[in-house]
Amino acid sequence: MKMNINLKNRVAIVGAGLTLFRRRLKETPKELAWAAAKMALESAGLELSDVDAVVIGTAPDAFDGIHMKGEYLADGSGGTGKPVMRVYVGGGTGVFTPIAGWWHVASGLFDVVLAVAEEKMSPAMPHPQSVFAHIWDPIIERPIGPNLIWIFALEMHRYMYKYNIKKEDIARVSVKNKRNALDHPAAQLGAKITVEDVLNSEMLVYPVQRLDISPVSDGAAAVVMVSEHIARRITDSPVWVEGVGWSLDTVHWTGRDLAYPKYVECAARMAYKMAGITNPAREIDVAEVYDPFDYKELHHMEGLMLARKGEAPILTREGITERDGDLPINPSGGLLGVGNPIAAAGMMKVTEIYWQLRGEAGKRQVKKPVYTGLAQAWGDLMQVGTVIVLRAG
Amino acid sequence: MSLLSDVAIIGVGWYGFSPVTLEASFREMAFEAAVSAYEDAGDLDPRKDIDAFVTCEEDYWAGISITDEFMPDQLGGVLKPVYTVAGDGLQGIASAYMKIKTGLFDTVVVEAHSKASDILTFHEIMNFGFDPLYTSHIDAHPYYLAGLEANYYMLTSGVGREHLAMIVEKNKRNAITNPLASYGSKLSVDEILEAKYVVYPLSVMDIAPLIDVAIVFVLATKDKAKKLSDNPIWIEGVGWATETNYIETRNFGEALYARIAADMAYRLAGIEDPKKQIDLAEIDDKFSYKELMHVEALKLSNRYSSHLDLERGEFNRNGPLPVNPGGGFIGIGHGLEAGGLIKLLEATLQLRGEAVGRQVKGVKRCVVQSWRDIPTATGAVVVLSNEEV
Repeated sequence: MKMNINLKNRVAIVGAGLTLFRRRLKETPKELAWAAAKMALESAGLELSDVDAVVIGTAPDAFDGIHMKGEYLADGSGGTGKPVMRVYVGGGTGVFTPIAGWWHVASGLFDVVLAVAEEKMSPAMPHPQSVFAHIWDPIIERPIGPNLIWIFALEMHRYMYKYNIKKEDIARVSVKNKRNALDHPAAQLGAKITVEDVLNSEMLVYPVQRLDISPVSDGAAAVVMVSEHIARRITDSPVWVEGVGWSLDTVHWTGRDLAYPKYVECAARMAYKMAGITNPAREIDVAEVYDPFDYKELHHMEGLMLARKGEAPILTREGITERDGDLPINPSGGLLGVGNPIAAAGMMKVTEIYWQLRGEAGKRQVKKPVYTGLAQAWGDLMQVGTVIVLRAG
Repeated sequence: MSLLSDVAIIGVGWYGFSPVTLEASFREMAFEAAVSAYEDAGDLDPRKDIDAFVTCEEDYWAGISITDEFMPDQLGGVLKPVYTVAGDGLQGIASAYMKIKTGLFDTVVVEAHSKASDILTFHEIMNFGFDPLYTSHIDAHPYYLAGLEANYYMLTSGVGREHLAMIVEKNKRNAITNPLASYGSKLSVDEILEAKYVVYPLSVMDIAPLIDVAIVFVLATKDKAKKLSDNPIWIEGVGWATETNYIETRNFGEALYARIAADMAYRLAGIEDPKKQIDLAEIDDKFSYKELMHVEALKLSNRYSSHLDLERGEFNRNGPLPVNPGGGFIGIGHGLEAGGLIKLLEATLQLRGEAVGRQVKGVKRCVVQSWRDIPTATGAVVVLSNEEV
């Protein structure tokens, strides 16, 4: 990896689209993808015929029950008769899809690329959690019958133990994000709740409770990415992709330090290096951090070096991560509030940063002026970090 | 900015090429392939010398959700940029090509594998690839789609069953001398025509069998390639395209996906007359009729005349434009998402002059094409050369 001084072409995001996030949406996956793609194209003032290539992001095929889901989604994503590629890094796919869109344009091969992420989790019966029964090592782990909440309970517990973190400090994240989501028109679970509500909610696997977890959702999101000469022509306020990074840790999660996401740090370092960022806590103005569980927001803030190890709960307690704070985190409402259609949820974070940097986030607009934003997602077997750094033009 | 020849293949490695691989899991196969690719690329250390890793696979083939999580360890990519292209190996090559073209990456590894022998219900899985509302529950073997298309193509082009048999005869004969091929044999056209039908007009002979294989490629910038490799093979162009997933609205019998992909690759490679400028073609032949259709889509034959070129022996190993001189999928076997890399490996070995037993003399430029099998209309094309432009 080199610094971005070697980059030949700059890439801008010039349009974004998002569907409602809901459980059991009636639209087919193709229709959801097209709704988001159409909105993104219209907001950019472009038409489907202007699009040179399409990048698709969607997580396990088993959610929709469709083999080769990228092929299935190609029509709905606007890819008919075009170069279409589906990229995949489990739950990190949502932020990874615009990263792949970035190199489609930065390579000089394409001028206008549509990046679309879609997920429809609710058709999985009896519950999408059952899909996760098939992500484990088939010989060593699958026979134990683990599920995702178990391993996140392990991770959450380890994080709390190592840094002596109280459950109420973690619950604050859920309270903040669900409140933020009340202002998001696509949100599924915006709510005004208290720390006590979280602590009194149903215990699933100690210490994970019902209100610590994001919901099952359907939805889609899309962005339009273009080369510099197109961006200059069609908009006065492009949002530049300044840094991209991703990193995949070993599959042997049992040997990992569960208290600290090293893979997120590696991804962040790659993106910061490219963007020329040396002090992320100071230089990042607003961040959308992956929060499928409330403790993950804290965990990831530390991995992204936006907080020192074990100190993200303190920032949260002091209100620094609120929308009017010094370092707003998840002003959209995040996965806990807006919803978690896996790949689409990651892309939703990118659309939020895009709108924040353009000052178009409406009621969600953070108080301080913002120039540099970051979106991050996480996935696979607790092993991948994907990071994109955007800057207002 | 020149788009020509600044990405090179500097290393290849493979493991398997057999119908059944009892001794190794897909992870072990990928490891073995990676080790030999790094050695071939000039003794690279993946922990230090490689900037990014691409793997090409699909969950349902592996029987594991999020199957990409197993790949960093075997490739030496732990805590490095690793990701999956849910597509054919040639799409993975295109992805790596783009990354090197950005100027940010020097060396990128591409891996694809097939452990088809682990799959008990291949055709049922294939059925899950059809549209879930309209076509996936049609109670028929998914190859009906190939049968329909073959019929349509034969009706419109004048191709007869004997032409399909000639493709099978050529590819199986070519495979005999290829040490990597599992399905080589010397059969006459008449013997091939006697084989029993699977889906009319296709017999068991017309359908490429499956193999287990893992293949790893190392790609690099021009500077790196010159430093590390004595025999870099230059990637002059890449292209890929998806037509539509609705089988009802496709252009049957013309492989539009291959045409769009080829046009893109030829444009990048600066090829105007493929027939003259291409010395050797590795063409997707998962079904015998597809080889003829794809040859036309790649403009290596005129429309509806590929079977006439075949009759004249133009596609033979010693002909003017050898097509699948290593035996193709019909002779070697096809390897799911590694299919494109099987073709790319054949072309790379030919261009290096290392194609033991099937070397074609004087090869300077090859075109490689792949298709993602039933029920997709997705394909990719790569143009390779052993001469730096």
